[in-house]
Amino acid sequence: MSTNSFTLTDEMREQSIGVESEPASMVIEQGHILRFAEAIGDDNPAYTVGTPETGGIVAPPTFLRAMRGIRPELPFEIPYSRLLDGGSDWEYFDHVRPGDTITAVGRVEDIRERAGSIGQMLISTIKITYRNQEGIVVATQTSTSIRY
Amino acid sequence: MESQIFFEDVSEGMELPVEVRNPTPRQLVQYAGASGDFYEIHYDRNFAQSTGLKDIIIHGALKNAMLGAYITGWAGPQGSLCRLTVQYRGMDYPDEPITAKGHVTRVYQEGQRNLVDCTVWLENPEGQQTTPGTATVALPSRSN
Repeated sequence: MSTNSFTLTDEMREQSIGVESEPASMVIEQGHILRFAEAIGDDNPAYTVGTPETGGIVAPPTFLRAMRGIRPELPFEIPYSRLLDGGSDWEYFDHVRPGDTITAVGRVEDIRERAGSIGQMLISTIKITYRNQEGIVVATQTSTSIRY
Repeated sequence: MESQIFFEDVSEGMELPVEVRNPTPRQLVQYAGASGDFYEIHYDRNFAQSTGLKDIIIHGALKNAMLGAYITGWAGPQGSLCRLTVQYRGMDYPDEPITAKGHVTRVYQEGQRNLVDCTVWLENPEGQQTTPGTATVALPSRSN
């Protein structure tokens, strides 16, 4: 449990909301899709051989979690070392396929402080927008992180 | 051939078939490798316990993926997932059965699409909803 005296001020909150990460890119590999589908225990043929409906192999819905390091830099030092994932809200617009280059940018949507059973917590909401090489938004993920 | 559910087959309140999964520590390691999430709370018991957890826990994102597999499996090959929202309310541990359940909350058309909203969740062996969520899928119609 944290014993520091950190306080999220209105000013810090205002400076944080809207901050964007550097764009991060990943080339989607077929072998990676296979390993991911196997790891999540999903034997849907859309991820292994493709189906008539998908027109070839596509990535599972949460595959883009494998893109790491899409964290907007907050304009202050975070005094907590522990991190919990609060949840995600995904919207899907197009398939992700082997050979695609996906570029992701994260944006701070909200940040707030709360006292909970695990002590003082900093709760941030980040919206990640994923675009393919044609600039089409294939998905967005709005996720909540809890630091304590 | 996988079976296909059609928009006309679905009504509000309809329950989705229950599915039980048995994640293992091995699967958590596989997921760490495939996703790149190597946070030690998911495979190093000593580390997990040093942060106050009782044991290693299943990645939230893996539970998200399980619900993704659950809802896309139900929607069938011609169905497509439009939205999936999950919240991690409680910890889940490997080597314990985890049960996926759900029901239909809304059946509607929007533009050319036949949409179905569902409430979906994962339950631990005590019957607590550790991972509640909602999903929207587009289903094919029998008439086209």
